[in-house]
Amino acid sequence: MLLLTCPWCGPRDETEYHYGGQAHVPYPEDPAALSDEEWAQYLFYRDNPEGPYAERWSHSLGCRRWFNVVRDTATYEVLAVYTGASPDSQVPGTPTPGHPGGPR
Amino acid sequence: MTAQTRRLPDGGRIDRGRELTFTVDNVEYAGHPGDTVASALLANGRMEVGSSIYLGRPRGIVAAGAEEPNALLQVGGECSEPMVPATVRALVDGLGARTLSGLGHLDPASDPEQYDKRFVHTDVLVIGAGPAGLAAATAAATGGARVILLDEQAELGGSLLASGEERVDGRPALEWVADVTARLEAFHAVTLLARTTAFGSYDDNYVLAVERRTDHLDEPLTHLSRQRLWHIRAGQVVIATGAHERPLVFAGNDRPGVMLADAVRTYLNRYAVSVGDRVVVATTNDSAYHLVGDLLAAGVDVPVVLDARPVLSERAAETAVSHGVPVRPRAVVVATHGDPRVSAVEISEIDDGGQLVGGRDTVDCDTLAVSGGWSPVVHLHSQRQGKLTWNAGIAGFVPDGVVRNQLVVGSAAGEFDLDATLAAATDAGFEAAGRQGYPADVAASRGVGGWCGPVRPVWLVPGLDGEPGEWREHFVDQQRDQTVADVWRATGTGMRNVEHVKRYTSIGTGQDQGRTSGVVATGVIAAALAGSGAAPDIGEIGVASYRAPYTPVPFATIAGRERGDLFDPTRTTPVHGWHVDHGAEFEVVGQWLRPWYYPQQGESMDDAVRRECRAARTGVAMMDVTTLGKIEVRGRDAGEFLNRIYTNAFKKLAVGSARYGVMCRPDGMMFDDGVNLRLSEDRYFLTTSTGGAAGVLDWLEEWSQTEWPDLDVVFTSVTEQWTTVAVVGPRSREVVSRVAPDLDVSGEAFPFMAFRETTLASGLPARVCRISFSGELAFEINASGWYGRALWEDVYAAGHDLGITPYGTETMHVLRAEKGYPIAGQDTDGTVTPQDLGMGWVVSKTKDFVGKRSYSRADTARGDRKHLVGVLPVDGSTRLPEGTQLVAPGSPSAPTDGPVPMLGHVTSSYQSEALGRPFGLALVKSGRERFGEVLLAPIGDRLVEVEVTSPVLYDPEGTKRDG
Repeated sequence: MLLLTCPWCGPRDETEYHYGGQAHVPYPEDPAALSDEEWAQYLFYRDNPEGPYAERWSHSLGCRRWFNVVRDTATYEVLAVYTGASPDSQVPGTPTPGHPGGPR
Repeated sequence: MTAQTRRLPDGGRIDRGRELTFTVDNVEYAGHPGDTVASALLANGRMEVGSSIYLGRPRGIVAAGAEEPNALLQVGGECSEPMVPATVRALVDGLGARTLSGLGHLDPASDPEQYDKRFVHTDVLVIGAGPAGLAAATAAATGGARVILLDEQAELGGSLLASGEERVDGRPALEWVADVTARLEAFHAVTLLARTTAFGSYDDNYVLAVERRTDHLDEPLTHLSRQRLWHIRAGQVVIATGAHERPLVFAGNDRPGVMLADAVRTYLNRYAVSVGDRVVVATTNDSAYHLVGDLLAAGVDVPVVLDARPVLSERAAETAVSHGVPVRPRAVVVATHGDPRVSAVEISEIDDGGQLVGGRDTVDCDTLAVSGGWSPVVHLHSQRQGKLTWNAGIAGFVPDGVVRNQLVVGSAAGEFDLDATLAAATDAGFEAAGRQGYPADVAASRGVGGWCGPVRPVWLVPGLDGEPGEWREHFVDQQRDQTVADVWRATGTGMRNVEHVKRYTSIGTGQDQGRTSGVVATGVIAAALAGSGAAPDIGEIGVASYRAPYTPVPFATIAGRERGDLFDPTRTTPVHGWHVDHGAEFEVVGQWLRPWYYPQQGESMDDAVRRECRAARTGVAMMDVTTLGKIEVRGRDAGEFLNRIYTNAFKKLAVGSARYGVMCRPDGMMFDDGVNLRLSEDRYFLTTSTGGAAGVLDWLEEWSQTEWPDLDVVFTSVTEQWTTVAVVGPRSREVVSRVAPDLDVSGEAFPFMAFRETTLASGLPARVCRISFSGELAFEINASGWYGRALWEDVYAAGHDLGITPYGTETMHVLRAEKGYPIAGQDTDGTVTPQDLGMGWVVSKTKDFVGKRSYSRADTARGDRKHLVGVLPVDGSTRLPEGTQLVAPGSPSAPTDGPVPMLGHVTSSYQSEALGRPFGLALVKSGRERFGEVLLAPIGDRLVEVEVTSPVLYDPEGTKRDG
């Protein structure tokens, strides 16, 4: 069972959290402007790397807040926990900063 | 009762002051506290246990621990327990058991024992309390770290419990064990757990262990749980799980009396049981020489020691000289004789290529002690994807590197020398505690013992005749009755992968999970492939994956107290007691107990539902709808937020008004619905489906936090703050006017989809809505949950003279389905759009919302999607089972035609009181173009004709809504 560190509550068992899939996949600003293919990319396509992966978690049984985790999908090692657009220390393979809003 | 004829006059870690009696297979035996069932059986001279699972061959006790393949018991009791190794079950007075032939049975009786759990954190978890674990734990504890040391055996000491000549710090090893144990007990931050097996190792050092708390007690203490499941989160894990001795593969190696050498020694030294009078020892390494000395000291005859190695090691030669025992190099057992217990073994020489050479001798004996080398217990390391590598020096798989924040020490790491083990384990204890911030440094203890020496791996002793494919008495896995011939058959089909061979032969799949057979099987596979081109070496073949649990864990232990009433939380409304008092049957909806129907004296469910439906459609009825999810949404941007979430508009909804809303996923599929009220400019009150409440709240939070944090809006679940009573039917207005005399309930003053705040006749503040989920004139009265039952009783009393009828979820379903109202999650399944449901009117053409873009995708825009329709069985009497498939008449249905094309399926089906017939709702391909068409519904062997209709079957004009 993963031990994840909620930015607000500290280290807690995985069972307190809810997984939210790949991070930094923002809801498009103007969905109507997208082609079907671009919209389908947003809806259905996510990365599936072996190695560091930026993903969203929600501390659903605790403070209920969302944050981001960079986790190695091969070793399950948590490499970074952050709330903004990117971890402070850049981890190889993570997306470039860009989305200004929430952790998504 | 038999006597303990094999018990030595003194020695052993048993309490001779008490004699225990027990029965196995209805024979009475005697033993002592400290015995296992197996050691007591051997003390009584019983070697034989249940015959083998498939071949019915006689089998005996082989081992002295969890690796035992044969001696499995069904242990009696109020709820008997299957597949218990006699070698691990502590003997208690009055124990009753029978031996098994590889299969137990799960007792259907309910287990009356308690099981519980503990959740703990520790700096250092040390698994295994042999010399390595004791040394590591002591070192870790010295600096003040929290330490848990656990071991599966009844007492700490591990392999030293069977020791004889081994010494630590100049004293007998067991004196050191006692000293160290006392020192550990004195640390207040140290927890010692005997009879506790760490069986699963999970991410981030989360380890599960089962503690057996009462099985060893003659009189179980009723306040103790029988077993406790420990959930341990450890900063560092030190794996000191030791090693298992391997058997040798030769003809007749499964004969009772053929035992692992270290098991013979354990019974001798720890339990003071001499399993035989004349013991031949066959080994491939130095470890068995411990046994030779101990046997001779106990007065047991050792006619010969067979050492497969070409040259006697120093240790072997020394034994031969000092004890005067003949030790034969290059010697192996090639056959056993006996009826059934071994009475003689045939001996041959084996050359460097593994072929038998020279003549054969026969040696009489009653026991054959074998050591085929040692397999480090790397299960927990391996469960965490720790790598393994073949160590030719010890002829075993050892950890290759370590898992993060773990250390492996002692024979689990392939180190068999006692002195080196104590040094390395002490260092590991310091290292683990130091990483946690508790540095320390004291000198390691010094030990003498634990020889293993060079090992000559002998995976397969050739048979005296025939080919390997015919060697059906060379057992690889005794529990699964699998032989060299079986492995050859697997490799003969082309299998080279150990995982394939495992599944093909079932080697390693028994209760013992291949603890003695796994690496042996790898060796035999290597031998089988040796003749082929590019033959892999044993390290390349590897071993089958180790998976949790290390040893079997009862489901009852895993369940703990989460059984019966505590299995899942039950939510009840403030009115629940009234429902119970009035005979309601309940159904569980999203953890809520909801009244299903209220049968009166002598009524069937159908009778009750018909009566309840009649009341709602012709008089007045009432329902507890408290369980619907309720969420308050507050903030300057609440309206804007809801506009983005719901398919229809809420920003301009007038204060005091209600509106039905649908929310969809970005893919456009409906996800939940409900009626929402606008309480004030910045405050909305949402309702959700009963089962969807938590998911909707999560959904709102997610979009607010992650996409639109700039919007000023917050969400509060208020489901349990309100009790809601629906008053339904043509006469509902009269009832509400009595309960809420200050409220003008006329159709003009209080229109459909409006709500009003008022004070009820009882003085209770309430919010009354005109909402209908039945098509009838209906009101929903909301009041504080603290007064929920009073509210309900007031409404019931106010409607008494009108025959007000409480109804449950079944009637609610019938009423809503007659109107074609879908239920999210019943009539939808995540692939259904609002348009599919015929609710295009709820989808805004002007504003944007989550999911809108998807409606112009080719797949959602196509005309032949499945639509929600009504279905009427043409015979007017068949109630279609929900889930029934619908097919077109004349569909080819012969097996050769392939799958029958399905047009859709029935999602809801009921008997309608109003229509006087059964009906259903269904999702049907191009359904709205099929009104009037007849389809076929296969039900069992019948094909039932059903007519497709509009989903609105009752009052399609909506004349009933305003009463």
